[in-house]
Order: sequence, then C-alpha cells, then structure tokens
Amino acid sequence: MGKKIPFFYNNLFKIYGTFLGLQQVFMKSNPPRTYIISQKLDAFFSDVYAIMNFIGRFFRELGPPYEWREIIRQCYMVGWKSLPLISVTSFVVGIVFTKQSRPSLSEFGATSWLPSLVAIAIFRALAPLVTALIAAGKVGSNIGAELGSMRVTEQIDAMEVSATNPFKFLVVSRVLATSCMLPVLMFYMAFISMLGAYLNILVNEDTSFSAFFIKALDKITFLDLFSSLIKTIVFGFSIGIIGCYQGYHATQGTQGVGRAANFAVVTSMFVVFIEEIIAVQITNWFR
Amino acid sequence: MHKKIRHTDIQDQHADIMIRDLHKSFGANSVLKGVNLDVFRGENVVVLGRSGTGKSVLIKIIAGLLKPDSGTVIVLDKNVPELDDKELLQLRLKIGFSFQSSALYDSMTVKENLEFPLLRNSRNLTKAAINTHVEEALDAVGLQQTIHQYPSELSGGQRKRIGIARTLIMRPLIMLYDEPTAGLDPVTSVEINNLINEVQERYNTSSIIITHDLTCAKATGDRVAILLDGSFIRTGRFEEVFATRDERITSFYEYNFID
Ligand SMILES: Nc1ncnc2c1ncn2[C@@H]1O[C@H](COP(=O)(O)OP(=O)(O)OP(=O)(O)O)[C@@H](O)[C@H]1O
Ligand SMILES: [Mg+2]
Repeated sequence: MGKKIPFFYNNLFKIYGTFLGLQQVFMKSNPPRTYIISQKLDAFFSDVYAIMNFIGRFFRELGPPYEWREIIRQCYMVGWKSLPLISVTSFVVGIVFTKQSRPSLSEFGATSWLPSLVAIAIFRALAPLVTALIAAGKVGSNIGAELGSMRVTEQIDAMEVSATNPFKFLVVSRVLATSCMLPVLMFYMAFISMLGAYLNILVNEDTSFSAFFIKALDKITFLDLFSSLIKTIVFGFSIGIIGCYQGYHATQGTQGVGRAANFAVVTSMFVVFIEEIIAVQITNWFR
Repeated sequence: MHKKIRHTDIQDQHADIMIRDLHKSFGANSVLKGVNLDVFRGENVVVLGRSGTGKSVLIKIIAGLLKPDSGTVIVLDKNVPELDDKELLQLRLKIGFSFQSSALYDSMTVKENLEFPLLRNSRNLTKAAINTHVEEALDAVGLQQTIHQYPSELSGGQRKRIGIARTLIMRPLIMLYDEPTAGLDPVTSVEINNLINEVQERYNTSSIIITHDLTCAKATGDRVAILLDGSFIRTGRFEEVFATRDERITSFYEYNFID
C-alpha cells in the first residue's frame, strides 16, 4: 500500500505497538508492516484524517484574494447545467408522490389535507434529499473526474510550480459553488414539485392555484425552511469537498480518474444520508 | 551541430543549483542514491539516463514538488526541502518547469494558459501589459497564430512549445525541461533545441534539460551528466563524457546516436 500514514497515526502506532510489546515484531517483518489492526481499517482511518486535513485547508484558504471568475463559472456549471435534470425529476416526484398519497388519505375522507401533507414532505425531506442525490451523481462525479484528470496529467503540479495556488483556484471555487448553488437548486426543486402536485390535484379536485398554495404553505414553518436551507448547504459542501478530495488525490493514471469519479459519488451519497439522519434529529429538538 | 561553449572557466561562477548527496526512494524502490550536481549561472546542463532512472523525480525535487529523503538542494541560495509554503512560492516565481507531458490546462485557451501565472502573481499589471507579455512569449516560441485555440486543438510539438512559453512568461532564472523533444519528429526537435538555446541567450537562464535524445544533448548542452543507478556516473562536456571505454556509457552512444 503506497499510502502515507499520517503523523498522528504513526505515533498512535508507536504507542499501541509499545503497549503490546509488538513493535519489534512488526518492524522486523519485511516489508515493514505499518498498520495496526487491519490494512483496510487503517486505510479508512488515515483517509478520514486526510479528509479532515483537506477540510481544514479549505477553511484556511477561504480568505481573499478570491478567484471570482472561476467561482462564477463553477456556479454556472453546478447550477445551470443541473437544471434540466432537476426540473424533470422534481416534476415527476411531485406528481407521483401526490398520486400515491391520495388513496390512503381518501380512506379517511381527508383528501383536503393533501396539499399540506405534500408540502411538508417536499420541503422537509424530499427536495433537499433528492437535490443532494442528483448533485452527488452529476456534480460530484464531474468534479472527481475533472480534478482527477488534471492531477494525473500533471496540470495541478504545473499550477503549483508556476507559483499559483491550485487549491484555491480548483478546490475552494468548486466547494463554494456547490455550497451556494445546492440551496438554490433545492428551493427550485421544491417549487417545481409543488407544481407537479398541483397538476395532480387539479385533475382530481379542480382547486385554484392560489387556493392550493395557500393551503399547502399554511403548514410550512420557518423552521422547516431554515433547516432545509442549512441542510442543503451542508450537503453541497460535502459533495464538493468529497469530489475535490478524490480528484485532487487521484493516482495511477486514467484508471485513477475513473476511480476518483466513482468514489466521489459513492462516498458523497453515503455521507448525505448520514447527514440527513443527523439533521432530522437536530431539527426535532427544536420542534 | 555542436553548441558553442560560452563560458571558458565555468567553475569560477556561482552555482544556481547545487545538489549534494540527494536520496529519494518510493517505498522499497530507491530511485536516487547520492546525487551531486552543480548548475552554474547561464549554463545548460543535460541530464541523460535510461527510462526510470529518476530524471523526472530529480527535477521535481528541485522544484519542490517532491520531498527528498535526505540531502541538500540549494536553488538560488535557498535549501528547497526546508522552505515553508510562502518561501517556496517566492522561489517558484524564478523557476520555469516544462513538463514531460506539457501539462497545459485543458479547460483554457492558449492565451488563458499563458495569463494564468501572470494574473495571479503580478496583480497590478494592466490588461494591455498582460497582452504584451502573452504576445512576447508566443513570439519567442513562434506560435502567435494559436492564441485563441484550446490545447486539444494543438499538435504535440506545439503543446510542448506553448508549455515552454507559459514558463517563459514569468521570466524565470532557472529552466527545467523534462524531455522537450520526446516523441517529436527530427525537424520539430531541432526547432525545440534552437528554442532552448535562444531562451538561454535571451534571458540568460540556467537550465537542466532531461533527454534521451543525444542530438538534443549535443545541440543544447554546455555540459552533460549521465544518471545511472541513482547517481551521476560521469559529468562534463559532451565529447569528454563519451570519450571513454566504459560500456555503460558507450552503449548509450551506440544505440542512440546517428551522426
Ligand atoms: N509519485 C511516485 N510514486 C511512486 N513511484 C514513483 C513516483 N514517481 C516516480 N516513481 C518511480 O521512480 C522511478 C523513476 O521515475 P522517473 O519518472 O523519474 O523516471 P524517468 O527517469 O523520468 O524516466 P522517463 O525517461 O521514462 O521519463 C520509477 O521507477 C517510478 O516508478
Ligand atoms: Mg521522466
């Protein structure tokens, strides 16, 4: 395994090794074993440590001067380019969700609750989550592949030797773009989903548009909107930082580029779900 | 064609690059094992060596892209491995690095590629001044017509030359060329050789030129250094280096060179 074991992990190894009196044994084996428990687990921990470092570096390099042109270009790439996919998906989500919820509500003769039920589901859960998953698939893989290929073709090294800061130019701009654009996409998605929901309700009940919206938004609180906003900023940040991390540290030629894109998607989807669970817990404390 | 040696007594001069007892290994693979090298002001030093001997690793260490395991690398009186990020940035302003793979930025046009370091390092330059710099650098490599093209639209040789132009734009004191003529036809190779010599004359740079190509070595090198098994086994003027019965060196000559 060519991976460098971070400093603190090395020390942990020493303490652990001395504690068990096994360090000698480890050191004598050839090639030297530099892992503690199992290679996989150790690789996982050193990855987590490296990502923490990466995040730390992001905040250190956040200050001016800003790469405005690149930030705006990335916002355009993240926001505008995802719009068609988000539009179609959200419209379908709105229609399907309303259609599927109708029978259970009509059993209780409560179809008049449908607008507020749909609105709550969309604003609290569906819009943030679906936006994040689409972005993870589309934007995350894109960032991973782009930075990965820049790494393996030495373009990042070239920036470094020309006394410019590739981290600022490539990573900070992309992470800022995903963090800023995801909330926008989320609200857009929520709105389009509501249109889809209205279409279904119009077909069945002949409600006016404004009546539907007043009823729907009646049950939406400031807390709902605020928590969704914060949540999507965090989702966007995670997708950006994971994509950049994977791409920035790609190795081993073109194969590494594919792997970076793949890991970016898988890891960021996983992280989005974990964050969603945590966010639900936190929001419930405030309810 | 032989290069004229301009410095009769080069040893008296100040060394811009001074490497002492440099070691570098990747895991169990030890690549550099005690490298020593001096590059004097205004001098072209050609590094010859077979594939995988660590030539690229050597210049990446000089530019601070890789950290050596031990040894000193003094570049313009600074010990590179000991510099912090800020100092390294300052030093890199004076180093031009032409990559083996050209490493042009795919998402930018030739103009944007050239502007990239300028815009970030000389923030008080006017637009007009930047354009002048870009045109001058393109002029030096003879590719003014490609200014609005993307790297994917250029040939390998053109990319190499744009890569060199991109490093020239910062007026470096030191140039590091990684296989500038690899994979190019003989005519383009000669053009690149001439370009390297022109750069040296125009900007008085001190350069390291890595190559497999003995024609290039002969045409551009004031001195030649042969890297084998992790250290330089022979250094000197082209004829001196190859005036030997040492098979490791003569075989290089026989297989590579057609006079
Ligand atoms: N980042 C790296 N990680 C691990 N090993 C590396 C790395 N970079 C180089 N090496 C190893 O170092 C050795 C020398 O590589 P280097 O690229 O310097 O060769 P080279 O002399 O430039 O060869 P070529 O003429 O083919 O370019 C190779 O065996 C390579 O496997
Ligand atoms: Mg090389």
